[in-house]
Amino acid sequence: MSTAAPLRRSLVTPTTLVLVALVVIAFCFLLQRFLFGLGAVANINPGYPWGIWVVVDVIIGTAFGCGGFAMALLVYIFNRGQYHPLMRPALLSGLFGYTLGGFAVIFDLGRYWQAYNLLLPWHAQLNSVMFEVALCVMAYVVVLWIEFSPAFLERFGFVGIKRILERWMFVIVALGVLLPTMHQSSLGSMLLVMEYRLSPLWFTLWLPALFVISALAMGYAVVMFEATVVSKTFSLPSEHALISKMSIVVGWITVAWLVLRFGDLFARNALPLAFIGSISVFLFWVENAMFLAAALVFITPAGRASQRASFLGAVALLAGGSLYRLDAYLIGYQPLNNWSYFPSVPELMVSIGVVALEVLLYLIFIKTLPVLHGDAARR
Amino acid sequence: MTEVDRRDFLRGAGFATAAAAVPTEASAAIARPPKQISPQAVGMLYDSTLCIGCRACVAACKEANKMPAEVPATLTGWNENTWDSAEDLSGRTLNVIKVYRNGTAEQKDHEINGFAFVKRHCLHCIDPSCVSVCPVGAMQKDAATGIVSYDPDVCIGCRYCVYGCPFGVPQFDFSSALGKIAKCEFCRHLQKDGKIPACCDVCPTGASLFGPVKELEREIERRTAAAPGTPYQFPRGKIGENRPPNAATIPTYVKGVYGEHEAGGTQVRYLAGVPFPKLGLPTVGRQSPASLSEGMQHTIYQWLIAPLVAFVGFAFLARRNLALHHDDDAPPSKEG
Ligand code: SF4
Ligand code: SF4
Ligand code: SF4
Repeated sequence: MSTAAPLRRSLVTPTTLVLVALVVIAFCFLLQRFLFGLGAVANINPGYPWGIWVVVDVIIGTAFGCGGFAMALLVYIFNRGQYHPLMRPALLSGLFGYTLGGFAVIFDLGRYWQAYNLLLPWHAQLNSVMFEVALCVMAYVVVLWIEFSPAFLERFGFVGIKRILERWMFVIVALGVLLPTMHQSSLGSMLLVMEYRLSPLWFTLWLPALFVISALAMGYAVVMFEATVVSKTFSLPSEHALISKMSIVVGWITVAWLVLRFGDLFARNALPLAFIGSISVFLFWVENAMFLAAALVFITPAGRASQRASFLGAVALLAGGSLYRLDAYLIGYQPLNNWSYFPSVPELMVSIGVVALEVLLYLIFIKTLPVLHGDAARR
Repeated sequence: MTEVDRRDFLRGAGFATAAAAVPTEASAAIARPPKQISPQAVGMLYDSTLCIGCRACVAACKEANKMPAEVPATLTGWNENTWDSAEDLSGRTLNVIKVYRNGTAEQKDHEINGFAFVKRHCLHCIDPSCVSVCPVGAMQKDAATGIVSYDPDVCIGCRYCVYGCPFGVPQFDFSSALGKIAKCEFCRHLQKDGKIPACCDVCPTGASLFGPVKELEREIERRTAAAPGTPYQFPRGKIGENRPPNAATIPTYVKGVYGEHEAGGTQVRYLAGVPFPKLGLPTVGRQSPASLSEGMQHTIYQWLIAPLVAFVGFAFLARRNLALHHDDDAPPSKEG
């Protein structure tokens, strides 16, 4: 029998009620967007055609959804079975990160009613990086649901289907590693066409590699963050022993990222630009300082041993990775004609609502389905 | 009409020097070969020194393309939608005339204490970014004429073309629930009927001149080769057409032809008396951005070999490791 079990806690709590309220507010603004157009709700403009709905909900949101990808790579490809207890919660957060990222795309698309054109072979535009991203993300959402489905099948007792699924699970697992590698790197490639509009601090031929490596690091960071928050919130036994072992991997991935980032800046002679006073340069340093802080925590034994330091390291990594994406897509980018952009309150509320929905669904799922490691959950 | 913002220039200049930080050899190695111009390509020559700022082209463009008039908020008091005064390209404006002003603004086409006009619309790139980035092929480049067209019935409204165009041309109409992209399509509906683009048709001085790119290139050579002050018959409407020319004298041009090399070259070319960046024309390098981004994709995904190999490898390892654990409920492996 499974060692994962639902967490027996009430579904209605003050937290869930606040989350529901945030989701409702977001839906009201979305209604407004569908009735009166994107401009009625969002501050996006000709200079900044993409705002936080694209960059936060999709570009950053899917990186937060990389927990399942990162853990699958570790557990099934590098055969580190001891981390298996972290697998299902990681998949669950990936499930929502990606599903809601896909949902955000729909309300951000200006002509959403024609979105199915992406799936019509005669409209396929194979040279478009976005086409590849769109198909890969759609396929990965399906893969995530299948990867997670044993939790449903166990809960509702479909043993036969579960057995068939298990026989083919290796195909799904392989896709679950391949697809995120492809589209997370492509989220970097999407900027290659911005050669003349993106600051050389971010524009590099290594964009695909920098995006996929940081997505992987963020995937592990999400798992660490989540395990700590869940065990603290529900007073479950801590998974710190496991996390502390895993964090050395994360530490070296982060170091590799920093070496690539600065090695490339140095090789291109772009480093002097990092010493010009401007907001984007300041954020460049903040972004990299976060990565460096995380790396220092995770590669030192003292940092790994401390539960608090590890948690902060995970937070730093998530913040650094998010800022890197925000900088590359919005802040390091030079619009024509001096347009500026700052998200409007309704625009922010929609993005906050998406996150609230994600957390809400996560809570509902861990309380109704066998997600968390059984020994812990049953206590 | 709006003034060209001088910060544009500062930004552009700082950026051009910074762009040198991208090693051109490396990016040239990754880029796919640039696209070549079609022998039948049609284009436009916009000569800023001939433009008198009458904006007949802006009005004609609106009419020919059934675009609504635009009135800036500051003018709505007295202008009740009868007089279009679009300030920039937008979801409702495909073509706009802007003005450069410096100091006393006394002399036309002088950089210092002068003024000059500039026309903005799609440049119909030879290797267009908008066509390359569009996920559904709503942007298409005609193989013969080279006209870059847009199909709203295919477009999903992702706005990657807005983000990716190095010239800031395509515009999404954010003010409508059913908004679409607005972009000059070179009046292809008129050209289909043997007519010429509306803006070139109405231009009184020949500042906007339509014709095959090859002939326009020869016209550019004639103008730039002649000494300033030489009397010259400037063709109007379509080059080679029997419209009475505009008799004037050759002005002093700044060096270069904007659009000849920018982003891999464009079918719309500019001549001017004031440096192009001051006119607000973006500083863009020679490599077509589409060739770099497509080159990278083709390198990584050539014949899908790399993803397939990776897939087989992952599947093999996952199968072995899943079998080792029996299923995901087995006790953790001893390895690690
Ligand atoms: S100027 Fe912009 S919109 Fe026009 S063809 Fe070139 S990339 Fe496309
Ligand atoms: S907005 Fe439309 S035309 Fe532009 S890239 Fe997206 S789908 Fe293509
Ligand atoms: S060619 Fe036609 S659509 Fe383009 S600017 Fe001229 S009039 Fe407008």
